[in-house]
Amino acid sequence: MSNNNQLLPQMATVIEIVNETANIKTFRIRLNDKAAMNSLTFKPGQVGQLSLFGIGESTFVINSSPTRMEYLQFSILKVGEVTQKLHQLKVGDQIGVRAPLGNAFPCEKMKGKDILFIGGGIGMAPLRTLLVYMLDNRDDYGKITLLYGGRSPGDMAFQEDLHEWTSRKDMETVLTIDNPFEGWDFEVGLIPNILLDMAPSPENCVAVTCGPPIMIKFTINALKKLSFPDEAILTTLERRMKCGVGLCGRCNIGEKYVCVDGPVFTWAELKLLPSEL
Amino acid sequence: MNNIFILRKDIDPWIKRMAEERTVFAPVHEGDAVVYRACDSGLRVELDTMPTTSPKEIVFPQNETLLTYTRGSGNEDGSVGVETTETLPSGKAVIFGTRPCGARGLLIFDQVYNNERIRDAYYAARRENTLTITIACNRPRPTCFCNSVGGAPDDSKGSDIMLYPLDDGFVAEALTSGGEELLALAPSSPAGEKAVKAKAKAGQAIETMGSPMDLSEVRKKFDLCFTDLAFWEKHSGKCLSCGICTYLCPTCYCFNITDEGSEEKGKRLRSWDNCMSFNFTAEASGHNPRSAKAMRLRNRIGHKFVYYPELHEDRLACCGCGRCITACPSSVDIRNIVKAVQEYSHE
Repeated sequence: MSNNNQLLPQMATVIEIVNETANIKTFRIRLNDKAAMNSLTFKPGQVGQLSLFGIGESTFVINSSPTRMEYLQFSILKVGEVTQKLHQLKVGDQIGVRAPLGNAFPCEKMKGKDILFIGGGIGMAPLRTLLVYMLDNRDDYGKITLLYGGRSPGDMAFQEDLHEWTSRKDMETVLTIDNPFEGWDFEVGLIPNILLDMAPSPENCVAVTCGPPIMIKFTINALKKLSFPDEAILTTLERRMKCGVGLCGRCNIGEKYVCVDGPVFTWAELKLLPSEL
Repeated sequence: MNNIFILRKDIDPWIKRMAEERTVFAPVHEGDAVVYRACDSGLRVELDTMPTTSPKEIVFPQNETLLTYTRGSGNEDGSVGVETTETLPSGKAVIFGTRPCGARGLLIFDQVYNNERIRDAYYAARRENTLTITIACNRPRPTCFCNSVGGAPDDSKGSDIMLYPLDDGFVAEALTSGGEELLALAPSSPAGEKAVKAKAKAGQAIETMGSPMDLSEVRKKFDLCFTDLAFWEKHSGKCLSCGICTYLCPTCYCFNITDEGSEEKGKRLRSWDNCMSFNFTAEASGHNPRSAKAMRLRNRIGHKFVYYPELHEDRLACCGCGRCITACPSSVDIRNIVKAVQEYSHE
């Protein structure tokens, strides 16, 4: 951050809005300070605090890739007070940003490995940043597989990306919804079950998963059944946060703060923490 | 350093002189409580009772403005700009008349708010301009347990000046150059033999306290009892989640950030928050990782006696002042809970 007061947001402008689903919108923003925008760097997995003055601040993953710095992208599910209001934003509106915050996916350590992405619902957002980053550095990684599920076809976000990903020859994309739906040509079934059917090899593979807590839980069970080692399972956590810099005391799990020590954790790390997910 | 003697009647003129350049926060009576207030005269300063509130509010106010914001009338392109202004505190202060536990509480804060990893701009602006004048405790209360958490009634750590009470006045010792400057403003006489007498008296105070608790197993046992929710339900059963323990605690540093005003104009505030409240960790989705009171109490104990020590070289985030015990409306006693963790065994 350019400012040494970490609680002070920088101002940014919304330059583009994509309606992803009935309740997910993607916002592309650019810092008003051009020099700050040009010098901004982040790593896939890091988060930002978006603020609407008079309403409040909330934490979201930056789901654009650092390989494409024309803007910062955030995909936001309408759930609470701040996100309701965020969904009313128009192109040109001003927004406060504190970013980047938190840790990141270990992109360097993942080089040379096969990568298995497993995303559920809005949990696809943090996977997108890493997936785009890896596709932009395609030669550094082995086989890339994406399993992405939503409740129904209408809940599948990132249509623009899905169109590209399903047509790419250098990755495999599996899409699933919970129940049969007319006109849906892909898989039907819960993510952990589809994953077991796919039976990916854990050999030299890293699995990256994010989604609702219950989906993460059963996906990790499935990965364990498939003999993935704990160190090769990555997930990114969500918690209520206020400061985003390890002070305010909300997002801790034991002595770890999701906002600074996370949001990315391996299953091996999570298993050592108090069970308070 | 040299010890001097300050008569009780000279405390008032001393505060007056210090107040010429600094805001002096000293304990005064307000209703049934003794609280820190800005004083330019020490006339009503309470020197013999431990203040009800902790000195943390002087460097970490109950609420403070982080920034102000104003929405502009509109840019040429039709968009609307927002101006934000950082509101950093300024000015020098003195904390007058804390007890050694309160000074220790500030050191516990420093580890979190001003270290190699992060310098909280607001906290640091106050803390780095604040000097601490501490009165040694000659009469610890039954709820005091500083001797169990690394402190003592005459502990000088974290203080710029120590005052050792005698009947007619205080033996004063400056421990830092800032303390020396302040002490030079006090009407005083050489302490002579009084210094030995006053310090001996303060040193003996620890003997009037209960024997120190054995906390050697707490961290190991906490892991064992973590998932025993019945254990935590038993100890949190009578807790009302009111949060008075967190507000009075010299080391509780959790906060909330909220905006006050309209979308057009207003300020962003940081306010003390209460980890015992359901809403503290409630997420917009409805998920709450610490949904039960038992889990919240477990986190509060864990934070002070397990997590914080893990991060900060085994130091505890409890200064043993006992404010949480005296103020709790349902008589929850943190000592009993920590003792139960220490003695925990599988049934």
